[in-house]
Amino acid sequence: MKFIILGWQFLRRYPVIPIFILILLLIAAAIGPYVTPYERDIGNIADRHLSLFSTSEHTTIQVSKDDVVNGFHLLGTDHAGRDIFTRLLHGSRISLMVVAISITTGMAFGLTFAMISGYYGGIIDEVLMRIVDVWNALPFLMVALVLTLIFGRGLNIMILVLFLVAWVNFVRIIRAQILVLKEMDYIASAKICGASDVRIMIKHLFPGILNSAVVIATLNTSGLILAESTLSFVGAGIQPPTPAWGVMVNEGRDYLSTAWWQSMVPSGAIFLVVISLNFLGDWLRDRLDPRLRQVD
Amino acid sequence: MARFLTQRLVSSFVSIIGATLVIFLLVQLHNDPRELYVPDSGYGLTEEQWEMLGEKMGFNDPLPVQYWNWISGAFLGDFGVSLAQQVPVRDIIQNRMRATIELAIGGWAFAILLGIPTGVLAAVKRGTFWDYIARGVAIIGQGAPPFVIGLLLIVIFAVWLQDTPFELPAAGRPPQFNIKTYILPCIALGWPAAAGLMRLTRSAMLEVLDSEFVKLARAKGVGWNKVIYKHALKNALITPLTSALLLFSGWLNGALVIEIIFGWPGIGYDALFTAVNDNDFPLLQGTVFFFVIIFVIFALLADLLYTIIDPRVRLTGGEK
Repeated sequence: MKFIILGWQFLRRYPVIPIFILILLLIAAAIGPYVTPYERDIGNIADRHLSLFSTSEHTTIQVSKDDVVNGFHLLGTDHAGRDIFTRLLHGSRISLMVVAISITTGMAFGLTFAMISGYYGGIIDEVLMRIVDVWNALPFLMVALVLTLIFGRGLNIMILVLFLVAWVNFVRIIRAQILVLKEMDYIASAKICGASDVRIMIKHLFPGILNSAVVIATLNTSGLILAESTLSFVGAGIQPPTPAWGVMVNEGRDYLSTAWWQSMVPSGAIFLVVISLNFLGDWLRDRLDPRLRQVD
Repeated sequence: MARFLTQRLVSSFVSIIGATLVIFLLVQLHNDPRELYVPDSGYGLTEEQWEMLGEKMGFNDPLPVQYWNWISGAFLGDFGVSLAQQVPVRDIIQNRMRATIELAIGGWAFAILLGIPTGVLAAVKRGTFWDYIARGVAIIGQGAPPFVIGLLLIVIFAVWLQDTPFELPAAGRPPQFNIKTYILPCIALGWPAAAGLMRLTRSAMLEVLDSEFVKLARAKGVGWNKVIYKHALKNALITPLTSALLLFSGWLNGALVIEIIFGWPGIGYDALFTAVNDNDFPLLQGTVFFFVIIFVIFALLADLLYTIIDPRVRLTGGEK
């Protein structure tokens, strides 16, 4: 009994389950595509819409030299007879790549933007903050649709769109912190010592905002995953047959009455990952930067 | 107040100009904007007709003139003509507006009815079973995008449970008013918003319950219920209510996904989604422009409402 209570307290205190899920996701993205025996985009149409945990009667897999078994589909197959689990693994890789690139570039740009705005102040600050205001006035999904119609659809446009969404979330909070930091004595002494503006920003201001930046990045990652899947779902993001999770949900939409798992499995994956990221983000925020916290 | 008002009006105007300018400039970034207005087949246009098209669309004018023509037309309600349907974009928006607004109102009502009471409950009964239930509701709403909730509802109520009082809207025709068809889409639309509202209400309520005047009221012997409903609630609802107003405008794009899933004949489905699928650029551009304006107007309204409900904001208005 004591162990159960201790274990429960441990689970409440540290985000064990979210971290476990995210590590699982990383492993899946790293090695997943190499360990499944099925093709990503090619399926056997005879195996169409097999349900969860089912064994195929039409496809065989060569396990070893003289050991052939019927194909087992952990999460069933979709409308083209493709293994959903395999596509899920490939999809995790795509989601992770898209989100990782857009959040890091967005963070780099957003931080630079905020530091310049906060540090120099005056007219520069005024102009830059107006830009942020205008940016916030744009409905993101619609701008994304406009961008895809103008520049075509695909991975690169998708990353660009998510970058455009990501950077602006850093600016306000980081700028406010820079405004506080730059009045501090150690910045003044750095100036007296003759440090250049760039040096002050990189060496002296940047470490002070790093914690907040990491917290904001984590909290925004879940939003980016949602945005990515929404765009792919609408058809403005990654295009089929590439198995982004949003694409998979959309493909299964027509078969809800006969094969609900085709949509629900990738939906569940999105849900789990987003929830895990939210929990991890909240925990990091409490640890690294309690100032960002609302009363809880 | 007057100064604050003009300040807000000017900044809204700047937002509209800036946002439309962004969209306008994006079009110019395309190597040949004419291609956006002609389908891939090209209608078999000859070189001369191609030139004439550029002349007719005004692509040979200098950029500021083009921008002026476009935006002055748009402010007068001329958003251009849809390529695929050959109907003015304005008519499409007008015809579909009703369905979208109805959906948004329904989702809004659901979000407020679910989000604010659960938020208050979670704050008042903090740390108890009810708190965890409310937070669970919020976690689901925050973790699942609207399309996941929508599809899940369809699977549960239309596939697994056959005999439910809910009906799915019949695709393609404007819905007759039938409350049954509204329930599922409104829940799917409202839930994620309810999650945000619930979190806001909960933290605002906790903050107020912790404040001096609540303690004073308690010390004077005012009953707990009366303190909660008469003293605390009024102060705690300021933030959630203003953010609820903003939700409404935000949905003009969140509703897109819900409309696609439920085949709802609103703007999201019939203008945006078809525009993307048909490569119908003028339709998309016109609709987006229309929504940017609505979005900014709602943001302005929310700001004004905020100052009316909470006069403290006005004093620090336009703070840096």
